[in-house]
Amino acid sequence: MFQASRRDFIKIASLGAGGLLAGPQLWADSDPLYERYGIKKIPTYCEVCFWKCAGWVHFDKSGKPYKIVGNKADPLCNGRFCPRGTAGLGMYTDPDRLKVPLIRTVRDGKQTYKEATWPQAIDYIASKMRKIIDEHGAESLALFNHGAGGKHFGRLFKALGSGNIAAPSYAQCRGPREVAFHSTFGAGVNSPENTDIKNAKCLVLIGSHLGENMHNAQVQEMSTLIDKKACIIAVDPRLSTVASKSNFWLPIKPATDMALLLAWIHVLIHENIYDKPYVERHTFGFEDLKSHVREMTPEWAASITGLKADQIRETAWEMAKASPAVIVHPGRHVTWYGDDTQRIRAVAILNALLGSWGRKGGFYFPAKAKIPSYPHPGYPKPKWTWKDTLNGRYTMTGSAVTNAIIDASHPDNTTDKKIKGWFVVGTNLIHTIPDQKRTIEALNNQELVVVVDTMPMEITGYADVVLPECTYLERFDDLRNSQFREATIAVRMPVAKPKYLSKPASWMVRKLSKKFGLQNHFDYYDYGEILDWQLRQVGSSLEKVRKKGLINYPRSEKAMYMDEASPMGFHTATGKIELYSFAMEDEGYDPMPVYTPHPEPPDGYYRLNYGRAPMHTFSRTANNAHLNQLMSTNNIWVSPSVAKKWNLKDGTEVWLKNQDGKVSSFPAEIRLTERMGNDSVYMVHGFGHSEKRLTKSYGKGICDTELMTKVMIDPIMGGTGMRGNFVTFQLTPPNTIET
Amino acid sequence: MRYAMAIDTKKCIGCADCVLACNMENQIPEGFTRSWVVEMAKGEYPDTMLEFRSERCNHCENAPCVRCCPTGASFTTEGGIVLVDESKCIGCAACVESCPYDARFMHPDGYADKCTFCYHLVSEGQNPACVDVCPTKCIYFGDLDDADSEISKIVETRKSKVLLPEAGTNPHIFYLT
Repeated sequence: MFQASRRDFIKIASLGAGGLLAGPQLWADSDPLYERYGIKKIPTYCEVCFWKCAGWVHFDKSGKPYKIVGNKADPLCNGRFCPRGTAGLGMYTDPDRLKVPLIRTVRDGKQTYKEATWPQAIDYIASKMRKIIDEHGAESLALFNHGAGGKHFGRLFKALGSGNIAAPSYAQCRGPREVAFHSTFGAGVNSPENTDIKNAKCLVLIGSHLGENMHNAQVQEMSTLIDKKACIIAVDPRLSTVASKSNFWLPIKPATDMALLLAWIHVLIHENIYDKPYVERHTFGFEDLKSHVREMTPEWAASITGLKADQIRETAWEMAKASPAVIVHPGRHVTWYGDDTQRIRAVAILNALLGSWGRKGGFYFPAKAKIPSYPHPGYPKPKWTWKDTLNGRYTMTGSAVTNAIIDASHPDNTTDKKIKGWFVVGTNLIHTIPDQKRTIEALNNQELVVVVDTMPMEITGYADVVLPECTYLERFDDLRNSQFREATIAVRMPVAKPKYLSKPASWMVRKLSKKFGLQNHFDYYDYGEILDWQLRQVGSSLEKVRKKGLINYPRSEKAMYMDEASPMGFHTATGKIELYSFAMEDEGYDPMPVYTPHPEPPDGYYRLNYGRAPMHTFSRTANNAHLNQLMSTNNIWVSPSVAKKWNLKDGTEVWLKNQDGKVSSFPAEIRLTERMGNDSVYMVHGFGHSEKRLTKSYGKGICDTELMTKVMIDPIMGGTGMRGNFVTFQLTPPNTIET
Repeated sequence: MRYAMAIDTKKCIGCADCVLACNMENQIPEGFTRSWVVEMAKGEYPDTMLEFRSERCNHCENAPCVRCCPTGASFTTEGGIVLVDESKCIGCAACVESCPYDARFMHPDGYADKCTFCYHLVSEGQNPACVDVCPTKCIYFGDLDDADSEISKIVETRKSKVLLPEAGTNPHIFYLT
């Protein structure tokens, strides 16, 4: 249990009556904005996940938005939104949305929130920020963010002079892969990944459950491969959706992927089936790699992975046959076991041996549009940032590490570089970052916590001030400028007035900036003015883009792939693709990936594996009425033999208890399925909400994050490996005593 | 003219986007849907087979719901699309009971409701919402009487099945296997 602290967790549901909420309705239902102009659809790009598909919001006859469909000209979605995007209006219509600013206060000796006006909330925040800045410097403020709203706050932080801006999408997700690909090819894969799936002859997925993770264009292109009868190889201990559609499913023993990857490298090299001209021309360290993997035979890997040696060999040959039109997919959420950068290094090396980087059907060279920023005064240089708090840790990280900022915010930080105030924008850190206890201790050590969100997510319960952001359908945001085969610029326009007293982040930062004399950084009344200026710089305008939704920049295929005739430079130490990494060696890490056995579950425990469902994003969609109707809770997938051992039936309600005795707050039902092996249990991430104000999702299912008390940190870049937790079943609630 | 749908189970990932697009397009009240997704797993790990099916009204040639409707509210329109005339429906729910596919439900406004193949869109030359949203393009729709149509060709060349053939309903949704 946590000690009673300055910052008790406040369930927003416990708000007393009175104040603004109980008063007369301050907000009418939003006016149909465009009705009077006879406009039938307005362009946006989706905010339900990070893919940011461009689409159209359509209005019904009464002028109300009623459906969202994809923009056919957008290569990221090709006119087809995924389930979450299709249900985007559910974010706008959710009755549980945050409605008014809230300020923490003490009433009758108990901490609670009082409703505030915007000027009160802004004044309150500004005075607390001023105190922190005066006493410690702006460097002591940190921003955790995700999505478009966070970008606005990022600018405020830079203007104030803080470089402590981090997103969980790095150290809790794809960071290791970026470091691994950078150290191999001198370039990351970024987002959307530069995987040329539709042209591939062979696609290899390692734990990446495409189709359950709805990365739109990738799922569409995977379907094209099924039509073309291309080879799909899926490595997953669970029969994932894509595994069920693959030509080869390798039901690997969890946590042994590295052995398989090294054995594949062994087969390619020692059976002489790698892309010789490519390797000779473009790579460095081949001979070192060859001797490094000499003993790592399929037979060796079979004994570790539980796979058949023949199958390992056969799949390596399949890849070689398809080379260079083959993708060993780098995955996306890859923070698993703490040696993740090295595992993805092995993936990168495989791709190099197959000659797929820069080749058709492998990895293309992406394009991005050049959009000038709106002129603003220069940013002051912070005296220190998160980087200066690392003390020799995570030396190869390429982005800010959320958990390092948490460390700098924690009472056990004895250095003089301390974080004293948090802004958390659009990310529910409680369900995102493992070791919740540490996150909460860091929260409790802050002088100011501001949470900006559209929904009363768990993190709002730890805030001093909660600011209600309007949803993406009620605001302008930055132009979408995503990398892809061709560059596109997509625009997001409001389709309705902000509901309740919610406001766009762009408005909030403008108001806050005035308190610090920084209003010249936010020179707009409405953010649409900035977009119009930017679009005019590229020869268009907001009005022109409103009619098309986006600007396409078609591109020749030639520019997407390597020009075999001219020399190719890579941004690595040797200018080549580094099979042997000098950068890794210089920093004291293995220059070539090594297999390390990971801890195994003790008797009666099972590895906790987790993943996605196609109709949900993180923990943010569980309360969306449309998506909740399709899937309102998660369940615990177990194999029939595990179920038998524990006398569990399909539908039996269980709590999960982890290796450290942590029991889940809520139960979930057992799902008995032949899609599971006996080493692990599986659940979909994003459920088990403990915030009562999330009326549709409160108490439904188990929060996997709360069971992640063990974190396997990647020493190279600080990623938080989350797949080293083991759980067992408990048939009684957590606070009952088992006899 | 004979409208039909073919759904490729090899490509379907069971994401239920079809269900949502239908809900939004047809403004289905919360708690109800006109389509749904079925997941079937067969065999023992690791030799498990998995099939996803997006299901809805089969727009049967020999539709029990049309036959049993006492008021003629359930009817088959041009192109074989089975529809409900809300103004004629008395809410007796005989059709809901008669459907072997459980494809109908009572709308809270008191009439029987179900998939219309998005008749309002199809009659304007567009596709049903589920067809156009599907991220894996696994739903094909068109005129089975036109031998040159995509649907005719795919039903002709691919192995397919219909649901509950023994019910004698002659369904017009084909599942490609």
